[in-house]
Amino acid sequence: MKYVDEYRDPQIALGIAQCIASRVTRPWVLMEVCGGQTHTLMRYGMEELLPKEVELVHGPGCPVCVTPLEMVDRAIRIASLPDVTFTSYGDMLRVPGSDSDLLQVKARGGDVRVVYSPMDAVNLARAHPDRRVAFFGVGFETTAPANAMAVWQARRMGLKNFSMLVSHVLVPPAMSLILSSPSNRVQGFIGPGHVCTVMGLEEYDDLASEFHVPIVVGGFEPVDLLEAILMLVAQLEEGRAEVENQYTRSVSYEGNPPAQRIMREVFEVSDRKWRGIGSIAESGLRLREEFAQFDAERVFDVEGLSAEEPKECISALVLQGLKKPVDCSAFGTRCTPMHPLGAPMVSTEGACAAYHQYRRHTAYVTVDC
Amino acid sequence: MSQSTVDPASFTCPAPLKPTERIVLGHGSGGRLSAELLRDVFLPLFSNPVLDRLDDQAIVEIGGVRVAFTTDSFVVKPLFFPGGDIGSLAVHGTVNDLAMGGAKPVFLSAGFILEEGFPTADLRRIAASMARAASAAGVAIVTGDTKVVEKGKGDGLFMNTTGIGIVPEGVRLSANRARPGDRVILSGSIGDHGIAILAQREGLEFETEIVSDSAALHGLVQAMLAASLDVSAETSGAIRCLRDPTRGGLSSTLNEIAAQSLVSIQIEEAAIPVHDQVRGACELLGLDPLYVANEGKLVAIVAPEAADCILAAMRRDPLGADAAVIGTVGGTIGNRRAGTVTMKSVFGSTRIVDLLAGDQLPRIC
Amino acid sequence: MCLAVPGRVVSMEGSDPAFFAGCVDFCGVRKTISFAFTPEVVPGDFVLVHVGFALTRVDQEEAARTYAYLAQIGALREEGLAPEEAPADIGATP
Repeated sequence: MKYVDEYRDPQIALGIAQCIASRVTRPWVLMEVCGGQTHTLMRYGMEELLPKEVELVHGPGCPVCVTPLEMVDRAIRIASLPDVTFTSYGDMLRVPGSDSDLLQVKARGGDVRVVYSPMDAVNLARAHPDRRVAFFGVGFETTAPANAMAVWQARRMGLKNFSMLVSHVLVPPAMSLILSSPSNRVQGFIGPGHVCTVMGLEEYDDLASEFHVPIVVGGFEPVDLLEAILMLVAQLEEGRAEVENQYTRSVSYEGNPPAQRIMREVFEVSDRKWRGIGSIAESGLRLREEFAQFDAERVFDVEGLSAEEPKECISALVLQGLKKPVDCSAFGTRCTPMHPLGAPMVSTEGACAAYHQYRRHTAYVTVDC
Repeated sequence: MSQSTVDPASFTCPAPLKPTERIVLGHGSGGRLSAELLRDVFLPLFSNPVLDRLDDQAIVEIGGVRVAFTTDSFVVKPLFFPGGDIGSLAVHGTVNDLAMGGAKPVFLSAGFILEEGFPTADLRRIAASMARAASAAGVAIVTGDTKVVEKGKGDGLFMNTTGIGIVPEGVRLSANRARPGDRVILSGSIGDHGIAILAQREGLEFETEIVSDSAALHGLVQAMLAASLDVSAETSGAIRCLRDPTRGGLSSTLNEIAAQSLVSIQIEEAAIPVHDQVRGACELLGLDPLYVANEGKLVAIVAPEAADCILAAMRRDPLGADAAVIGTVGGTIGNRRAGTVTMKSVFGSTRIVDLLAGDQLPRIC
Repeated sequence: MCLAVPGRVVSMEGSDPAFFAGCVDFCGVRKTISFAFTPEVVPGDFVLVHVGFALTRVDQEEAARTYAYLAQIGALREEGLAPEEAPADIGATP
């Protein structure tokens, strides 16, 4: 597969890993923000390829995991209505709300459907005027243009039965939060390649200079991530703190202007709660007032629905990179992908789930045999 | 850039998932939820030595003859797909479950649950397909049943086939017989059936159509058993176990074998055959081929000294042309626990091939 | 939410920019994709597709340039040689 296979070439990957090993002179702590990058790192066991001086910790880059509890509860409430067809990406269906999840709503007879694109939801609404179709709009900036376009097109078509439950989150405020924390250990970031494909690099200039931290925007294949790590190590060894672009086949400085335009037209920045973290100012997107008739929270009157988050796990520390999933005493025992206690175990992108699915054997005592 | 004043020490966690009081789709996926349903609901009430082996088929002795007995239900949508339909699937599926026990399949039953309003022409088409599949497989459909449910209560057609076969003397295949050192052989490419079905549902088109691999495997199995006798004249003990990786994919099958034999299994990513278009579809939909259903493939655990010979025999059969050794059975020392399946990537690093909880949900991240 | 897959543009249609769409091929698998955010694409181009929308044209020249460099690292490794330090021109600063 072109533009995929070449970036999984073992010779190149191992060659870059060797470059990293020969370049590094002291320990460095690096973080990738994006869940898709976490997934690749885990799936290919890339920690095994890196020298021990390079420590990878995993950030809150899983929008599924950080969707606030009350948003999931609102989705469940809407999906349970008899005239509603509730559409969502697959990952959201297993996320536990306060006492149920969307799969269980489906089991009880709710019309819950997995779609590949928000346009599938719009087309469903057009084809079934007797149903109210709601779409769960979760994601970072990568997914926002598509969601914005879906709402925009719904208005163009004059649809009266389509709405979106918006729970978008933004990457720069999350990085800022982590960097502002007094216990922050992260010294360099692998930037989110597809978020930057949309948004460009300007916001990351501000972060790099404010916190004096190098940021290398990376892609999602093993070679991309290794190259980004090499570039970060080079910067750190040389004492630089710049924004660099590894993912040049996809990311440009200005990003994608038409995509940004539609986002600005349909959405506005808002405060947003992140599950397991709390409210972060100006860290999310909501629908603008003129699109109120497409806002599922208002259409279904669920804005007031709030939820209590009980205490237990260390997910916050994991999300910040202060702890590894295996450091948690509940990991793999009381907390598993089947019975998650915390946000990072919920989605396949979350650090704990990825660890559990691909890498938990490293938590056991290794005996040479 | 605004800075937040959130105190990391006060972060909290969401509520734990409560046990489900209702069946969810994942319970039928062949993964962990399915296993739990068996363990928690059925086994405690039905338990007996034959059932507890949890093989694809039950092998019982009647009057000195070893009879293999199995049942399978079919709820596939769409009913018609490239490479087959619910009818041919129903014949092949049950024939294969018998074949995995080393049995020669002889008789099938066919049960139909039809929804009121189902087109008779479609039923004729499905029955014709079953007749062809049964004839080609050398089995007779000797009994059956038909029920009709009201419109809205049945989703078109649900089917069940039950099969009987005869297990030759000396053939003992079971998922609990794998031993450290054994080789893991896969008969061909994975993911074809699941992707053929999903492609229809998702409206994907293909340059060259992806066709379900649904096929009867007992001929291939006979060839393998014959080859294993060449290696060791005593018994066909060289083949420990045969399984067909249907729902839940290759991952579920390997995890089941490892768990029942109390061993670990290591496979190599580079050795697993996957058609380009299946790969493309999986990338696009965010799926992993290891978890996608197959209907015309088998996994064989064989003694190391017999591997080459059995592989050669498989490759001579059209259904085993792409057969390959994909891994080895290992012990359970240290970080290799019993029931663990690991895969070595093209980079040389190792990852766990986990049992999926429920249905594989397409990734967006 | 970042799974974006590269595919080759096969055909396109639609005069209204917001509804500009077409067929993209992913290793033999074909799907209808919206080009609302990549109005400049032509058949033969590669695009990165996410949830039914093309997010960007893959910069093939840039990819070829940096890939040639990466391939060198791979070739060096195959011969058993390892570069002593990161080459100066790695990556591209914006």
